[in-house]
Amino acid sequence: MPRNIIDITDLTVAEIDQLIATAEDIVAHPAKYQDACAHKQLATLFFEPSTRTRLSFESAMLSLGGSTLGFSDAMNSSTSKGETVGDTIHTVSCYADIIAMRHPKEGAPYAAAQFSEVPIINAGDGGHNHPTQTLTDLLTIHREKNRLDNFTIGFCGDLKFGRTVHSLVNALSRYENIHFVLVSPLELKLPRYVKEEALKKRGIPYTQTTDLESVIPQLDILYMTRVQKERFFNEEEYLRLKDSYVLTPEKLASAKESLSILHPLPRVNEISVAVDKDPRAAYWKQVKNGKYIRMALILKLLGIEV
Amino acid sequence: MNIDSIQNGVVLDHIQAGKSMDIYKYLHLDELDCSVAIIKNVRSRRMGKKDIIKIDSPMEVDLDVLGYIDANITVNIIRDGVRMDKKHLELPRKLVNIIRCKNPRCITVAEPQLDAIFLLSDSDKHTYRCGYCDTEVDRKF
Repeated sequence: MPRNIIDITDLTVAEIDQLIATAEDIVAHPAKYQDACAHKQLATLFFEPSTRTRLSFESAMLSLGGSTLGFSDAMNSSTSKGETVGDTIHTVSCYADIIAMRHPKEGAPYAAAQFSEVPIINAGDGGHNHPTQTLTDLLTIHREKNRLDNFTIGFCGDLKFGRTVHSLVNALSRYENIHFVLVSPLELKLPRYVKEEALKKRGIPYTQTTDLESVIPQLDILYMTRVQKERFFNEEEYLRLKDSYVLTPEKLASAKESLSILHPLPRVNEISVAVDKDPRAAYWKQVKNGKYIRMALILKLLGIEV
Repeated sequence: MNIDSIQNGVVLDHIQAGKSMDIYKYLHLDELDCSVAIIKNVRSRRMGKKDIIKIDSPMEVDLDVLGYIDANITVNIIRDGVRMDKKHLELPRKLVNIIRCKNPRCITVAEPQLDAIFLLSDSDKHTYRCGYCDTEVDRKF
């Protein structure tokens, strides 16, 4: 059975720490890795549009000396003819050594893993999980703070459908002494099962509020998210909630000097462009880190040691 | 009220009163050709009232289904009129094709030919979640 990464909890804390160490080594010594995946092929199967994640996976594989194939829209695949996820994966696993897939339906990568003969990486399944974004976030936090424990992190925006939030809360709950501050409109609160499984069962403290400004001074990390139009069945509700939080230089006035601002991107207007110049903005560094951690993950799943 | 004892078959005992028809449905007992007796509201010292189902034919009972519905049920295997085995149930860790996910965003709703898999997430609260999308089951039993 190939090793798959469907959920961030498929990796142990020790494995995550090892991936971060490998990514740091890739940053320091890129030439060492440039032919590590020669003659290996990564299939990127994107049944839903993406800029960063797909290009990041492809760039990661190319930087390892491998090659890529795939599609970036379900309409360009046999899915448009009614092919099931299982049949698509069965086919592609005959061509590729490893598959990264994004799908609008929750659990599609779990289904894919039942049919695949090669490792499957979940590159996002609906509003459910996005483990490689979580690895990106963890690497960014590690590079910003030089640790993955002992801090207060605020999550702000759409915590209900924000899959990156679910995965990151799950991942960080396994590290020591982290306080979670959950900032969202009442309609977009973190799902109960995430709070139960990741926080309550482990006795981890958290605060829930609708007011970002009242909690911003206590944060070491602020993780902003977009209210995602594609997750709403009702457009009126989306329009009512989409501008709930907009981070501006004025709102950051009371924040710590050492704050790090993360965002999985794309953003719409929840972080004002003026914030980009603030040295606390870490979201563009986050994009770069995404490539390095995906390189580390591809190496791990293919069993390649450098 | 008398129901004949069976020679070869299965007796499901200690069913919570009123739940025997759910079990009849989930075990597909309507598809059997043999005699099936559903005895409701039997007096019980332990339970006050209970239901019993007697199946007059040897059959493999899906213990996962029964464990999911009510782990307190006992399964008695009868051979030549004698009880040969008495099985106590546990909450199954995994349910396959017993219940379906109701989350409209779940891949199993879009592709119903996939096995419906549910995993036990909290044994104290008897909570199951979809193995695909993590949606909690809305239990109706």
